[in-house]
Amino acid sequence: MSLGHATVAILAKELKTEFRSRELLGTTIVFVLIVLVLFSFTFDPTSSESRRFGPGLLWLAFLFAGSLMLQPSFLREQTNDTLAALRLAPIDPFSILAGKMAANFLFLLLVELILLPVFAVLYNIAIVPVLAPLVLVLALGTIGLATTGTVFSAVAAQARLRELLLPLLLLPVLAPVLIASTEATSGILRDPSDLSPVWLTFLAAFDIIFLTAAWLFGEYLLEE
Amino acid sequence: MGSDSQSRTPSGAVISLSSVVVVFLLLAAGSYGALIKAPTEATMGLIQRIFYFHVSSAWTGFIAFFLVFIGSIAYLRTRSLKWDWLSVASAEVGVAFFTVVLVTGPIWAKPVWGIWWTWDARLTSSFLLWVLFVSYLLLRTLVDEPERRAVVAAVFGIFATMDIPLVYFSIWWFRTQHPQPVMGKGGSLDPTMWWVLILCWCATLGVMTLLIRVRYRLEGLRAEVDALRLEASRNAR
Repeated sequence: MSLGHATVAILAKELKTEFRSRELLGTTIVFVLIVLVLFSFTFDPTSSESRRFGPGLLWLAFLFAGSLMLQPSFLREQTNDTLAALRLAPIDPFSILAGKMAANFLFLLLVELILLPVFAVLYNIAIVPVLAPLVLVLALGTIGLATTGTVFSAVAAQARLRELLLPLLLLPVLAPVLIASTEATSGILRDPSDLSPVWLTFLAAFDIIFLTAAWLFGEYLLEE
Repeated sequence: MGSDSQSRTPSGAVISLSSVVVVFLLLAAGSYGALIKAPTEATMGLIQRIFYFHVSSAWTGFIAFFLVFIGSIAYLRTRSLKWDWLSVASAEVGVAFFTVVLVTGPIWAKPVWGIWWTWDARLTSSFLLWVLFVSYLLLRTLVDEPERRAVVAAVFGIFATMDIPLVYFSIWWFRTQHPQPVMGKGGSLDPTMWWVLILCWCATLGVMTLLIRVRYRLEGLRAEVDALRLEASRNAR
């Protein structure tokens, strides 16, 4: 089975598991909503203020969501030791990681797309005219989040205190993504809107670097 | 069995007396240079002398973190636990040096900038690096089985070191207030100051090497104790 086929098969399995229960998506959406509401208490979300702070808060909320949502990615496999079964399959071990990354990417992107209009309404930001560049930044940032998050979820699943450990490992590594996507987003929301090519390139570079690292070193995490 | 456990012992003395003497002399010379020989900086005054050990500790810390990267990759390739010992030793020593950087920085900043801390590019990225490798060390404490711990820590160590340049660039573009590097282009650093800085760097590098060797041996001895304990419990049964 080629890497591509195996990845798609794993992705399909992940999607099927999640959409049977939808518990992960539902919980994460509510969590981000709570964070967005709580943020509104820390400063006055008037229009000019929210233009300055909004993008940062939004990305921070997504990062927190990711560090919680990616938790079960490998933990779920431990209950019935299904990871051992996956490893026995005659496929490239990286396809297990790649399939999970793709699934996590889709889950996170879905959560973000659902919450974007809510954010726009709550923080009084017009997003419709700038939707295309905004989705591009969301996608690039989320690739970085899903890539590192999936790998670290495999790391944390093998340690004690794993629920606490994943955010601890993930958030400092994701600091560059937070900066780049926040800067890119606030550029887009500025008047006149301007999409910074520097930050876009930076996000793409982050994604490529860590995808490559995951491809080179990720499979070691899957061995028994 | 006896000879078997002998062969696991990291061989030789930890550090030779002569290497300790050399590092001690380097430190003494560096301190003399930093505190007495180097000219007093015109605007900042005496407090600027902290710069020699501040900057050299940062450079040394970077080298220690780079050793974590090398040790991690080599462990995954060779599966020899010795590389893992190198990684953990370097990570701990690197964190120690960055602690020095993060403590001496504010001591210097308070009289010169008037504030202990500012969220400038270099300060923020050094702080973040420190946090990254503290997480690395925490992760190690949370995995018990040595081979598992080595693999998991190696992957995280590789990711963390690959993150260093990205952290640096992103924060750099984001904001900067740190005194622009006095070294390199512009070259306003007095030649004596240069020499003192290099001397201090050699001294901190020497300290780093000694500490890593001691810590490496300690990790090896720990592994041996664990193996012996396992053997003993097996024999008792």
